[in-house]
This record gives sequence, structure tokens and C-alpha cells, in this order.
Amino acid sequence: MTRLTFTTRVLKPAGFLAAAGPGLSLLWRTFGSGDLGADPVKTLQVVTGLSTIVLLLVTLAITPLRRLSGWGELIRLRRMAGLWAFAYALAHALIYFIFDQSLDPGLIWSDTVEHPRIAVGFLAFLLLIPLAATSTNGMIRRLGRRWGVLHRLVYPAAALGILHYLMVQKLDLRVGIGYVAVFAVLMLLRLWSRGRSGVREAPATPR
Amino acid sequence: MLIRRAPDIRPAEITPEPLYLGRRAFLSGLAAAGVALTLGDRRALAQGLAREGIARGDDTLTPYDVVTTYNNFYEFGTGKDDPAANAKGFVTRPWKVRIEGEIAKPGDYDFDDLVRPAQQVERVYRHRCVEAWSMVVPWLGFPLKDLIARLQPTSRAKFVEFTTLHDPARMPGQKSRLFPWPYVEGLRLDEALHPLTLMVTGLYGKPLPPQNGAPLRLVVPWKYGFKGGKSIVRIRFVETQPANTWQVIAPDEYGFYANVNPAVPHPRWSQARERRLGEFYKRPTLPFNGYADEVAGLYRGMDLVQNF
Repeated sequence: MTRLTFTTRVLKPAGFLAAAGPGLSLLWRTFGSGDLGADPVKTLQVVTGLSTIVLLLVTLAITPLRRLSGWGELIRLRRMAGLWAFAYALAHALIYFIFDQSLDPGLIWSDTVEHPRIAVGFLAFLLLIPLAATSTNGMIRRLGRRWGVLHRLVYPAAALGILHYLMVQKLDLRVGIGYVAVFAVLMLLRLWSRGRSGVREAPATPR
Repeated sequence: MLIRRAPDIRPAEITPEPLYLGRRAFLSGLAAAGVALTLGDRRALAQGLAREGIARGDDTLTPYDVVTTYNNFYEFGTGKDDPAANAKGFVTRPWKVRIEGEIAKPGDYDFDDLVRPAQQVERVYRHRCVEAWSMVVPWLGFPLKDLIARLQPTSRAKFVEFTTLHDPARMPGQKSRLFPWPYVEGLRLDEALHPLTLMVTGLYGKPLPPQNGAPLRLVVPWKYGFKGGKSIVRIRFVETQPANTWQVIAPDEYGFYANVNPAVPHPRWSQARERRLGEFYKRPTLPFNGYADEVAGLYRGMDLVQNF
């Protein structure tokens, strides 16, 4: 088996299942076992939110991993990871709109302007929308070089997502600081490789 | 001194829990059958054993499993399910409570000596957490005012301070330095003397589980839940307002009074609505958690935005 077929036939389906795992588990716990705990909406929010952050960090880890390992085929996993991150962010936002704010635009607006943690999370979600919308091969072709520029929005989106998580915590920031650390390492690796090569690498075309 | 023994029959044994929980269905059955009930009858029946409970008509009891597995009790960990897991085997006997300060009868009291003379009552209270979730709990306990009357505070006693056990060997959460242990809470003396203020020793007719603050905790139903100190080992009567732990940690977010107030948002979230545990949609939060008729008078003339 070549590295390419291993990546597309083994790693990619395995990654797909791993990314779907938290969502499938929530669906089963909601409609099957009814075991979402004492505060079901909070369970849904925590799991979808954390899944978003983890998958965004996975997405951001692919480029440094390719450079460090020389395993260029990993690029084939990046779009999938990014779209799963968006799917969880969308679920997270919808649960908030529906169950926290009863789909009332006035309540959503006042909660957003009055509470920075909501505004930060909302902004992170909004930044992800154009990225998901331009993730098709057709859009990549059409946008050309601008695609790479647009998709740098993933950096502020991930940073704001992690900030949103930190702002939601009441007291214990240890997990959130862990996310900050991973994000910082991934960003430093980018700076380091840019400094080393002297030229900016053209964004690879995802498949 | 009158020595009253704990009842031989626990209230929950008198009415089986399923019947107890189904009493509203029984009532609506009666109503449907055209049985006329006076308001008083209805209240007494609807509240079953909790004759003194003042839960609203549309409040249903939060299941025992939820009440005992969804807890904020950082002494046993910061996760909601940590206390139920980490408090297993927590030994609550013997238990001494030090009573001191501006009081005629200070001393180290044994738990049984404190509790036994008091008339045990079961009360159904709404419990509103500052985190905007709520539950409805049938507590078992006695009014704090009965205890205070026995202890005879001096005229200098203006506040009551409650301190939780500090013993990291038994309370593993206290090994964390996130918190300035021990946990301290306080009430104004008139709040402590209010008939709704309860010293709690049980719930659902059973002894209080350790994750809920065994063996002795405070419940003040018109205030956010954090005002109710758990596993109390010291009650001090003082002249000046005690520094309660959450106010010490984050003075802009948590005040001394902490009265449930939908009009005063927490800096990071609204308090206008709350999620009753088990429900998907939020419901409006009531001023003083729905006990305004009983307690609003305590704060007449006070700026409740300043004194949040």
C-alpha cells in the first residue's frame, strides 16, 4: 500500500469516524439512551463546543505535521477536519439559538451585545461560515490565490473559539490554558518554518 | 431541656416516593372528578408531606438522582458529578460544630445535640444556582431561627458566619489551590432569623448525602445556591459583615446578599431566565426566587443593584 492510498483509504475513513464519534454519541444519548445527564442542554453545548476546538486544532496541526514528517499526503485530511469543526460549531450555535434563546432575535441580540463571551463565540462562528462555504473544489479553483488569503481566517476563528471557552469557565482554566498552549505551539511552528525557508510556502491545494 | 428524638419513621417512608411524586396527578384526577377542594386543601394535598413547603403549583420535584449527582461542592471537585463520586465514604459522625462569637452559649456542640431538640420539618424549595440552573428539592431540616433562639445571641450579634469543614484528607478537592479554603458564607442576623432559612440535615426523607453537604448545611431559598454553606463545622455570631468566599474571589461577580434577582445580571451572563434541570427550554427567573412575598420586606429601602 502506498502512502497515498494508506492516507486516503485508511487514515481518512478512520479520521472521519473519530470526528463523527462525539456527534454520534450525543445523538444516541439524546434519542436513544436518554442519558444526557441532569442538564441535557449543557451536555450538548460542552461536547459540541469542545469538539469544535479540538477539530480546529487538528486542522491547524496538519500543515506543521506535513512539514515535520515530510508526509505531504496528510493534506487530504485537512478539509475533512475543518468541515467537521464547522459542523460542531453549527450544532453548538443552533443549540444556543434554540434552547438558550428560544429563537428570539431580540434575546440573541441583547445577550450578544451585553456579554463579551457570547460576542466572541459568535464572531468565531461567523468567521467559520465563509471557510465552510468556500471549501469545495469549485470554489478553490474559482478563488485561486485569494482562497489561501481568505482561509487565513481560521487563525482568528480558532483563537476566538479558545478565548470563548476560557471566558465561559467559572474558575478552573487549566483545560483552556492547555488549548492556548497547543494553539501557540502550532502558530510558533508556522513562524519557525517560515523563518527557516525564507519564502512563504504556497498554500497546498486540498482534496 | 426538651429532648426530642429523631422520628422513628422517616417522612419518605410514610408516603412511597412514586405516590409522593404522583400526587399532582392524583389531585388533577380529583379535580376532574368534580371534587371541590378549598385552596387550603389543595395546597396541603399538593405539598403532601411538605406541609410547610411553598413551591409553586407548576413546580415538580427534581428527581432524587439528579439532586444527588449534579452538585457544586468544590471541596469534592469542580465538576458537577465530582462530588457524588469523591464524597463516597465521607464520614459525618462524630461531627462537632463550634458555635462562638456574640452568643450566650458558645461551645463545641455535637451534631446530635444541635439537631435533636429541633422540630424537624420537610420543605419543598426552589433552588436557584447563580449559574442560571435550578431544581426543586424536598429538604429535611429545621428553621435556623429555632437554633438561634436556643443559643441566645447578644445585642452585638448582627451577622452569622458559616464555615465549611477544611480537611483536604477527607475532601480531596481542597488539595487544589484554586480556592481560599475553608469556604465561608454569611447572613445578616434578620435573614438568619427568617422562618424560610433552613438548617438542612436531609432530602427526600433521607439523611443528607455527603455530596449535598452532609451532615449539616444551610439553605436560603431566596438567595443563589452558593449562599448555602455545606458540611458546616463553625457558626459564628459577629458584629461586622463576614467576607463570603465567592465575594473574596470575584467581588465584581458575587456579592454578599446574592438575592435571586432577574433584573441584576451577572457580569458574564443574564439572570433573567434559568434552566430547570431536566428541561430543555429556559423559564423566567422570579424576584427572590419566587419568595418575594415572604422576604422582600427584609430589604425595604435597600438598593438591590448596589447590594447584589
